[in-house]
Amino acid sequence: MKRAAFFAAGAVALSMVALTAPSHAQQGVKIGLITTLSGPQAGTGREMVDGFNLGIKHAGGRLGNMPTEVLVGDDQFRPDTGKSVAERMVQRDRVDIVTGVVFSNILLALSDTVLKDRRGVFLINSNAAPSQLSGAGCDRNFFSVSWQNDNVHEAMGQHMTSAGVKRAYLMAPNYPAGKDALTGVKRYFKGEVVGEVYTQLGQTDYAAELAALRAARPEAVYFFYPGGMGIAFVRQYAQAGLVQQIPLFGPSFSLDQTILPGIGDAALGVYASTYWSEKLQNPGNEKFVRDFEAEYKRIPSPYAAQSYDTAMLIDSALKQSGGIANKDKFRDAVRAANFTSIRGPFKFNKNHMPIQNYYLTQIAKDQQGRLVMDLKGVIFASHADVYASECKMKW
Amino acid sequence: MPLLLFLEQTLNGLQFGVTLFLMAAGLTLVLGIMNMVNLAHGAFYMLGAYFAATLVPITGSFFMSVVLALAGAAAVGLLTEMVALRTLYSRDHLDQVLATFGLILFFRELVKIVWGPIAIFMDVPDLFSGRVEIVPGAPYPVYRLLVLAVGVTVGGFLWWLITRTRLGMLIRAGASNREMVGALGVDIKRLYTLVFALGCALAALAGVMAGPLYVVDIGMGDDILIKTFVVIVIGGIGSVRGAFVAAIIVGMVDTFGRILPSQFGLSATIAELAIYILMAAVLFWKPRGLFPAAG
Repeated sequence: MKRAAFFAAGAVALSMVALTAPSHAQQGVKIGLITTLSGPQAGTGREMVDGFNLGIKHAGGRLGNMPTEVLVGDDQFRPDTGKSVAERMVQRDRVDIVTGVVFSNILLALSDTVLKDRRGVFLINSNAAPSQLSGAGCDRNFFSVSWQNDNVHEAMGQHMTSAGVKRAYLMAPNYPAGKDALTGVKRYFKGEVVGEVYTQLGQTDYAAELAALRAARPEAVYFFYPGGMGIAFVRQYAQAGLVQQIPLFGPSFSLDQTILPGIGDAALGVYASTYWSEKLQNPGNEKFVRDFEAEYKRIPSPYAAQSYDTAMLIDSALKQSGGIANKDKFRDAVRAANFTSIRGPFKFNKNHMPIQNYYLTQIAKDQQGRLVMDLKGVIFASHADVYASECKMKW
Repeated sequence: MPLLLFLEQTLNGLQFGVTLFLMAAGLTLVLGIMNMVNLAHGAFYMLGAYFAATLVPITGSFFMSVVLALAGAAAVGLLTEMVALRTLYSRDHLDQVLATFGLILFFRELVKIVWGPIAIFMDVPDLFSGRVEIVPGAPYPVYRLLVLAVGVTVGGFLWWLITRTRLGMLIRAGASNREMVGALGVDIKRLYTLVFALGCALAALAGVMAGPLYVVDIGMGDDILIKTFVVIVIGGIGSVRGAFVAAIIVGMVDTFGRILPSQFGLSATIAELAIYILMAAVLFWKPRGLFPAAG
């Protein structure tokens, strides 16, 4: 009896050693998903987590057929918190890959912690991709599976040019991403910009700005207001009776499923540029949208789609490289992007930013009366960003 | 600026001003009478909007939902006062700031658990969904006029309550000298609870009125709270009259501050500073605000 107990204890001890032994790094993969899960932007973080989890589920519960552990961390919408979560995950929990960061300012705060770690940790991000990490500051271990920050705005600039818009009015919050957005639009919009207005970050009353906008008599309005600002802006635009007079254009960030339910019918007819839509027709996407709805009882947003694609990319890279222990082999496998994106054609540029299609959508109702981004056409086919030429990376 | 645009912006400024007033009235009473810094005031603004947004589809009546939402927010306010805030009255302001900041986080998390992390929808009531051309060529949403009317009505009601009723007399007395009111045999504890619940109902009313215009989400109380503090500092802490005047001034300065700089090619950052510059100027010449409560 005593002997048996002794052996049992020994077996438990041994299995614990096996579980904590460093050898697991060769066999499994540990991923840190750092995203925004509290505060007004928590909806985006929920999409990142749910999309990633569905990706793992579709990959058979394991990425690359190996034990997969995902640690979820909340950056609380604060750069300093994001950085300390990254430090904990990289240095104490020893994750192999960090992903999930929604906001550029948070990504920039934690990127050094991840990328400068001597173990060679990968930052395969699924949303933010600021210019600082796209051009001269590109990094061999940083990948963006979403887009480069300017791209979605560039697409709508191009569409407004193609649609023959001569006089456009541009609006965004007064912060770096707002200025980048309007720079992106202006890079491809060839008409006259009759107004370029930056409003306070977090502002939700636009009555004064809309009165000034009406007085400027533009032919089209481009706006970039993420989160609650977007809800308030689109609703007030409609309430002021402007939506029938001056068509409204925006990026998907201001018109996706984390926002549309809050805007309501005021969003009908507004145009959104995007890289993915719930209406995009390919077998992978149809399966993703169907299963996401069944699992989470809501339509997925582009955030969930990017996060899902990130899981699929990591899965394909692990299968191709046989593990993440050999960093160079794994990096080559990620660069190959040997997976089927639910967005359509996808490959990496030499600065590790996607080369992909950008689409025009218009907000409409689906059969069940829910607001969706209805696909209208392709704006850019296989579009690359402008920063790639400044990146010295060779592969 | 053309005259018509100027008129339209004046209307916008007034309407934003009365929204601020609804928030500021409750906050200034709580701070002035109870000497309590309540950062969680914005939480009741949020709760009011969430309650009403949930109730409108159920009751089918905007008016009914507003009444129920105010009652609900006042009830939550009562409970909060009795459970959490009572012990804080005698503590210094730093303790109150910490505790009520904790309450902000608590209510945010609670709302997230009950309603989910993304914004919920609240429609403009059908009766007020149209537009009128007060200023020719610029159709103005009727709902914004309703907000203006509600704000002015509540202002009138508070004026009556404070200057013409026994409760108002006690509130004024409490703002001037709390110890003396207590010594005269008034149940100050009950007065505090009542004032706090009234403040919560006013914040909830501001939230309900703001819901269909702006956005009903977890962050909705944060931005307006900062401006509300500016209003009560300018108006004089504890003074409802001061809060009304200051709210209209801040509403105007904010609205024109957002429009004028771009007309002269100045940076948008000036607009963000406008009301704080105003506050600094008022504090410099009138350190206790425009209408300091007597005492």
